Amino acid sequence: MAAAGPSVFLLMVNGQVESAQFPEYDDLYCKYCFVYGQDWAPTAGLEEGISQITCKSQDVRRALVWNFPIDITFKSTNPYGWPQIVLSVYGPDVFGNDVIRGYGVAHVPLSPGSTSVCENICFRHKRTIPMFVPESTSKLQKFTSWFMGRRPEYTDPKVVAQGEGREVTRVRSQGFVTLLFNVVTKDMRKLGYDTGPPDTHGILGPSPPQGLPR
Amino acid sequence: MNPQEEKVKIITEEFVENDEDADVGRQKTSRVQRRKRKKQLPTAGPDEMVSEKSHLGDQQEPGHEDPNADARPLSMPTRRGPRSLPPIPSASRTGFAEFSMRERMREKLQAARSKAESALLQEIPTPRPRRLRSPSEKELETEFGTEPGGKIQTTQQEDDSQSYSRVKFRDSVRKIKSKTPVPPGFPSAEEAYNFFTFNFDPEPEESEEKPKAKNRDGANQEEGEGEEEEAPVPEGIDKTDEEELLDDKDAVDFLLGLDRGAEDIVAVRPADYESVHIRLQKEKELLFIPSRRTVPTYKKLPENVQPRFLEDEGLYIGARLEVPRTNQNIMENRLLMQEPVSAQPLLPSGAPEQLREGRRWFGDDGRILALPNPIKPFPSRPLVLSQEQDIKAELETLYKKAVKYVHRSQHMIGSGDPPGNFQLDIDISGLIFTHHPCFSREHVLAAKLAQLYDQYLARRQRNKAKFLTDKLQALRNAVQMSLNPAKTPKSLDTTRRAINEYKSEIRQTRKLRDIEQEKDRTLLKTIIKVWKEMKSLREFQRFTNTPLKLVLRKEKVDQKADEEAYEAEVQAEISELLEEHREEYEQRMDEYRSAHQQWKAWKKAQRTKKKKKKQGVEEHPDDEMEEPYPGEDPVKPVPPEPTNQAVIEQEVRERAAQSRRRPGEPMLVPELSLAGSVTPNDQCPRVEVLRREDVKRRSVYLKVLFNDKEVSRTNSRPLGADFRVHFGQIFNLQIVNWPESLTLQVYETVGHSGTTLLAEVFLPIPETTVVTGRAPLEEVEFSSNQHVTLDHEGVGSGVPFSFEADGSNQLTLMTSGKVSNSVSWAIGENGIPLIPPLSQQNIGFRSALKRADAISSIGTSGLTDMKKLAKWAAESKLDPNDPNNAPLMQLILVATSGESYVPDFFRLEQLQQEFNFVSDEELNRSKRFRLLRLRSQEVPEFRNYKQIPVYDREIMEKVFQDYEKRLRDRNVIETKDHIDTHRAIVAKYLQQVRESVINRFLIAKHHFLLADLIVEEEVPNISILGLRLFKLAEQKRPLRPRRKGRKKVTAQNLSDGDIKLLVNIIRAYDIPVRKPITSKFQQPPRSSRTFSEKQAASPTTHSPTHSADYPLSQVLVRPFVEVSFQRTICHTTTADGPNPSWNEELELPFRAPNGNYSTTSLQSVKDDVFINIFDEVLYDVLEDDRERASGIHTRIERHWLGCVKIPFSTIYFQAKIDGTFKIDTPPVLLGYSKEQSVVAERGFDPVRSLSEGSYITLFITMEPQLVPGESVREKFDSQEDEKLLQATEKFQAECALKFPNRQCLTTVIDISGKTVFITRYLKPLNPPQELLNAYPNNPQATAELVARYVSLIPFLPDTVSFAGICDLWSTSDQFLDLLAGDEEEHAVLLCNYFLSLGKKAWLMMGNAIPEGPTAYVLTREQSHYLIWNPCSGHFYGQFDTFCPLKSVGCLIGPDNIWFNIQRHDSPLRINFDITKPKLWKSFFSRSLPYPGLSSVQPEELIYQRTDKAAAAELQDRIEKILKEKIMDWRPRHLTRWNRYCTSTLRHFLPLLERSQGEDVEDDHRAELLKQLGDYRFSGFPLHMPYSELKPLIEAVYSTGVHNIDVPNVEFALAVYIHPYPKNVLSVWIYVASLIRNR
Repeated sequence: MAAAGPSVFLLMVNGQVESAQFPEYDDLYCKYCFVYGQDWAPTAGLEEGISQITCKSQDVRRALVWNFPIDITFKSTNPYGWPQIVLSVYGPDVFGNDVIRGYGVAHVPLSPGSTSVCENICFRHKRTIPMFVPESTSKLQKFTSWFMGRRPEYTDPKVVAQGEGREVTRVRSQGFVTLLFNVVTKDMRKLGYDTGPPDTHGILGPSPPQGLPR
Repeated sequence: MNPQEEKVKIITEEFVENDEDADVGRQKTSRVQRRKRKKQLPTAGPDEMVSEKSHLGDQQEPGHEDPNADARPLSMPTRRGPRSLPPIPSASRTGFAEFSMRERMREKLQAARSKAESALLQEIPTPRPRRLRSPSEKELETEFGTEPGGKIQTTQQEDDSQSYSRVKFRDSVRKIKSKTPVPPGFPSAEEAYNFFTFNFDPEPEESEEKPKAKNRDGANQEEGEGEEEEAPVPEGIDKTDEEELLDDKDAVDFLLGLDRGAEDIVAVRPADYESVHIRLQKEKELLFIPSRRTVPTYKKLPENVQPRFLEDEGLYIGARLEVPRTNQNIMENRLLMQEPVSAQPLLPSGAPEQLREGRRWFGDDGRILALPNPIKPFPSRPLVLSQEQDIKAELETLYKKAVKYVHRSQHMIGSGDPPGNFQLDIDISGLIFTHHPCFSREHVLAAKLAQLYDQYLARRQRNKAKFLTDKLQALRNAVQMSLNPAKTPKSLDTTRRAINEYKSEIRQTRKLRDIEQEKDRTLLKTIIKVWKEMKSLREFQRFTNTPLKLVLRKEKVDQKADEEAYEAEVQAEISELLEEHREEYEQRMDEYRSAHQQWKAWKKAQRTKKKKKKQGVEEHPDDEMEEPYPGEDPVKPVPPEPTNQAVIEQEVRERAAQSRRRPGEPMLVPELSLAGSVTPNDQCPRVEVLRREDVKRRSVYLKVLFNDKEVSRTNSRPLGADFRVHFGQIFNLQIVNWPESLTLQVYETVGHSGTTLLAEVFLPIPETTVVTGRAPLEEVEFSSNQHVTLDHEGVGSGVPFSFEADGSNQLTLMTSGKVSNSVSWAIGENGIPLIPPLSQQNIGFRSALKRADAISSIGTSGLTDMKKLAKWAAESKLDPNDPNNAPLMQLILVATSGESYVPDFFRLEQLQQEFNFVSDEELNRSKRFRLLRLRSQEVPEFRNYKQIPVYDREIMEKVFQDYEKRLRDRNVIETKDHIDTHRAIVAKYLQQVRESVINRFLIAKHHFLLADLIVEEEVPNISILGLRLFKLAEQKRPLRPRRKGRKKVTAQNLSDGDIKLLVNIIRAYDIPVRKPITSKFQQPPRSSRTFSEKQAASPTTHSPTHSADYPLSQVLVRPFVEVSFQRTICHTTTADGPNPSWNEELELPFRAPNGNYSTTSLQSVKDDVFINIFDEVLYDVLEDDRERASGIHTRIERHWLGCVKIPFSTIYFQAKIDGTFKIDTPPVLLGYSKEQSVVAERGFDPVRSLSEGSYITLFITMEPQLVPGESVREKFDSQEDEKLLQATEKFQAECALKFPNRQCLTTVIDISGKTVFITRYLKPLNPPQELLNAYPNNPQATAELVARYVSLIPFLPDTVSFAGICDLWSTSDQFLDLLAGDEEEHAVLLCNYFLSLGKKAWLMMGNAIPEGPTAYVLTREQSHYLIWNPCSGHFYGQFDTFCPLKSVGCLIGPDNIWFNIQRHDSPLRINFDITKPKLWKSFFSRSLPYPGLSSVQPEELIYQRTDKAAAAELQDRIEKILKEKIMDWRPRHLTRWNRYCTSTLRHFLPLLERSQGEDVEDDHRAELLKQLGDYRFSGFPLHMPYSELKPLIEAVYSTGVHNIDVPNVEFALAVYIHPYPKNVLSVWIYVASLIRNR
């Protein structure tokens, strides 16, 4: 089939769950998983992961740094159902029960690029995801859930990656998580999907002026 | 020196500058010379000092400049600012001037000055810039360099002495002017000031006054001096004068510079001064400052012309350029003033002409003529893409913030006003009664008079008579012109036609004019008549009520000219008439002539005929017949009379006299004035006084009603004696909606009594163009029908009265009047009219729609309907000339002219084509797109299709095969698979029902509840909290540990291999044991055994066979269990004996279909878990006995004993299955028999004492435990009573509260998807007569037979087909028609049969093994209860431990529902006495009695006898197919069929059917042995209800009979179908293998 061209395109994502800002909470850990459509299949790497528990930094930033790497490769035939990364952050409450501190979701960047700054162009896929948690349905529920350490949670964290049925829930925002992505795609253009920025290097890239001494 | 000196210095410098400014170099040099000659330098010093002092005084005056500020602006621009030069060293300090010197200097200067003045003015005709500087401006440094001659000056400045002298000289000039003797010594500042100012003589040197100055060219000095003398300026204004003074200095400078040549005639004179007032006055004469005020419209228009608003008349006026109002006003004022002013001196009398001249700048609407705004709001030029530039750069996208698009019609809202802030201004200026009950007779007449006068004025305004006269004149001229042949180059024909047209028009016009003139005249006459009447009335009643006075002004006319004109007019008319008559006459003459000719011809003919008759009748016998006028004689025509000129003239003159002013008669112009005096009260009679008082007591107010709601009201104003009320109030209505009606209600208050509604006045809603300021006052008439009779002079209302003394000529007048008002839209702050958007208003407001946007008023859809659009355009009077409307008009034109094709359909998305991803054909052709679409539609085959390939070529065609086949099958009923057509139809129908339900379910699946998404702990109640607290005190390791629930796993994040099915096989009971086949006849035939005998006999069956001579028959049976699930097979070890105990756990992997582990997918898993029990049999196959010592050669055979089939869905929903199940064993197991000894006596059941069949104890579960799916929360509609439905909900809620696990059914869903109350399903229904006839005397047997019949109807679990969700209940007739159903249908049918058999029967809802929630039937026999399994036809006693029913939720009877509220729910432990309310909670009770619900079941079931021939045919076909299948399954072996055996078996099968599978075993065996003695025979009959072929094949396959691979094996297969009524077929398949014994 080499002559006929590729039949799938590949999407390699690496990066990291860098840090989080949860002003009120400490000792958090984070879980991530990918949600993707039916035409997608992971070919390599970890689809899910749980990070270490991190404590707040002692400086003014109060940052919760995980630096938890993500590395996964997908193959797909269809951009429909582009992978999304679902994050859920947990941490202990006052009674020491592990409770949910935030759910969040972000699409894997569509365009290839890395966080590094290459010559002129910087494709920095840095995402700051706002996090949220489901709210209790009533004040009493809220109290009991707090008291018993059983906060309302999504039946499945992947719910946050789907739009269906969200109207029945109420959530509260808390905190942010910062993600870094490096994205490499293969054969997307061959299959007719153009996601990247205009490829200035290949076609119209200004060649470095030759006369100038470096 | 002191600071004063410093200042002095500065001032001196300034003076120097002044000089420099004003003078050219040559002047200066001359001045220097002069100074040298005249004056000694040092003497100037003290003089200077004085003057400077005076200046200081000026400076020190506070607010010195302010008064001048007003006067200055005019001259300001021409002034030069002062400059500060480096101080000139101390010439000022040199000394004091002698005063004597001054005297001399003065004379000289005066002379020189006058001279200089004239010279200067001649030299510099253009206005000379004045160099005035105020002391406060001294520090300003300005344009030194621009000064002409500035350079020269600087050079001169170096020459200090020169400057000095000049300064001094100048100062001296000033001193000379002073009249008062200066005291010797140093004067004080005040003195100096006074002195200085008093001496000052102003000289008006304004640049604007130059013309005037010119007039005074060469003016005599006397004049200037005279002015001087006049001007001893008072102290109060000398601040202003100070400025003048400075001016004068300049003048002096000029003067000084100029008279260089004429030193000798220098005359010193005070400067001319003109007072400010005078100056201002003069300015006023000369200057024109256009006013900023709005010019009244009448000024801009010719007299007596109303402004015309072309826009309102429907003509298109483009949008004018926005010009600020003030600028516009200034321009208008200027235009109006300009021409007349300039022309005034020339033509003082022609002022109106000039005005008109100025007016040509104004349009008819009184505004300046202006072109429409040429600026388009949008750029129309396309972007020019320059070639040189990089296209990439051009195409670079820029982010722009999204701007909310504001629709044009809504721009009022969008402009920042909150919506609804619209304003309607209603100006109610006053009210006039044209009739009022309090009118006196005189008032009535006055009102009439006023009305007539108004009419007169209106007519005069229009002056139609004049217009018509002019027109007539013009027409006559035209006729004259066209009559002149020299001037008409057109053809004669056209001229004649034109003349004819003109003439007819002349006639018409003349007629009209005559009518108008007559009307005018009669009106005038009436006015005079009424006035006379009024006068006589006033005289008669001796008082006057109204100030009305009519004056008839006679306008003298030139008698002669008038007469001439009159005569000419009459003559013209006469001539025209004559001509007319002549024409008529000629026409008639023509007619006459032709008629006469005819008549003559006829006569002639007549005569010739006569002649011919005479001459030869024989020749032309037929001629007579051809006579044209055979019958009648034409009458001889009478020639018309010529017109008589005299008569016509007479007529014309008469008419003229009637309708026209007689020549010489003065023109009467009536003038109505209110100049008359009203008789005061004390001179009036009492009735009149009463009337007047009554009037005074009355007051009127108006209510303003907007959309029939009162919004405001005017103040109550007293009614004036003239019956006019002035309100002068403006109501600003802030409105939200488009006004629908606007009403004024006129209320009258009499004294302090109540108010009466006089009338309602409906005001028109203003058009959108009518905004405040533009709305004219309108008078709206109103009238009331009230009847008022008054006891005073007032005439009343609605009451007849008369002016005559005798009461004749009665008159009835109603109260009426006019309200003068204006309604208009307010204008907002930014000039936007506050009009609600047009979308709010109805189409009905046509006028308001005039300026509407088409789209906003008819909606977008209207655009496609051309007729509608055209109609709208017509209705809204769309301006066709407006370029804005051009496309629309063209569209309408094209559409209505029918030239283009207008589709009469409406296309929803016209642009869909453009937006399509690919064309539809391509979309359909592409396999990939098709696959994607099908997947997104959740078509079952593709619901979870993964990784749809990128290219079409990679998609196999077979992917769609199943789907396409299914689609095809939907319509085509395939008879191949279904041997029975009826069943095929049923299957199809079922399929469709299933699909619809699934679709419904799929939709419902997308509705989420909170619980679906969020896990939330429930609020604990007290008991749970208590339990928790109790738990804290619990032992950590209790002695009796409780089983803890496993954690449930949500199904989503699972993958293949994660789920395992755990089957724990514990033990089995009553496995059939092998039977030796030694003896051929063990038992006599026992065809006539009773139930009890069976029991008694059975133990004996086995006893002789115990000592089997079988080689390896040490054990009775060696069973093992094989579990197969999803093609995975596991089996246990082999155990011994009929009651083996394996206690083994088998682990089978579970794979979800398509790897989709979602709940729905799992619910639809149709796989079954097969648990087969085999007997492992070892056969010694050693051929040679001698080898027996050295080796063992055995063959292992497995004999199928029975099976248990558990659907996966049951396991999934139950989470675990734990219990003892009956093994489904064939009725006849050849070679095996039951070991009866173990069977315990179950004496509770008198009928069935034997344990029928074998049992196996199993525990099945899944690891991990899956969360079963929720049922669909779908509310189905219902035809049930709402109350009943509420009651059911309440009942269910109550039940669920007490026993949440017990099944409670009140309503079910019928096959059409409607909710039906459950008891409606239960009704006695007749079983087939055939069954009743079978055992007429044995009700028990009948019952069993009926149960068997029901169980023969194929079972189709809802839970599998409908994804376990909604149970559809079909009625019994539907069930019988469909021949498929699940437990409920079977149970309902069975229960109905039992009811009809007279039994007490209930539907019993509960949990059974392995079905889970199910329905059984409970019947009550004499003393005990029986539990019937409707699907198997078996029945159990209440206390039967092997009863599969494990719990009872509720009982349902035909008229009630009872919910089990006992502690236990096991049938063993509960009481079925439903009459006890403590044990059974009934739905219908005393509080809610049974309403007598009608049944949904049919009245009677009708059974068709099944076609036996068809059954036989089916039987043959099945047999054939099965045989083929068996051969297929043995591909490597030869399959031989033993025909003899087959026929034997075939005979045997009907017997089995007859005995219902019981008791025939031994007979059968004996029979078989007899016939097939030398064969080892293993096989069994299978019995099942017939639904499809596939299950039959499966069943045969699962027995594994075909697996025997003994070389010489033979097979036998027989099929028997027993038809029951209604196509219920009982299928028996006997399958056996035979091995010949050697």
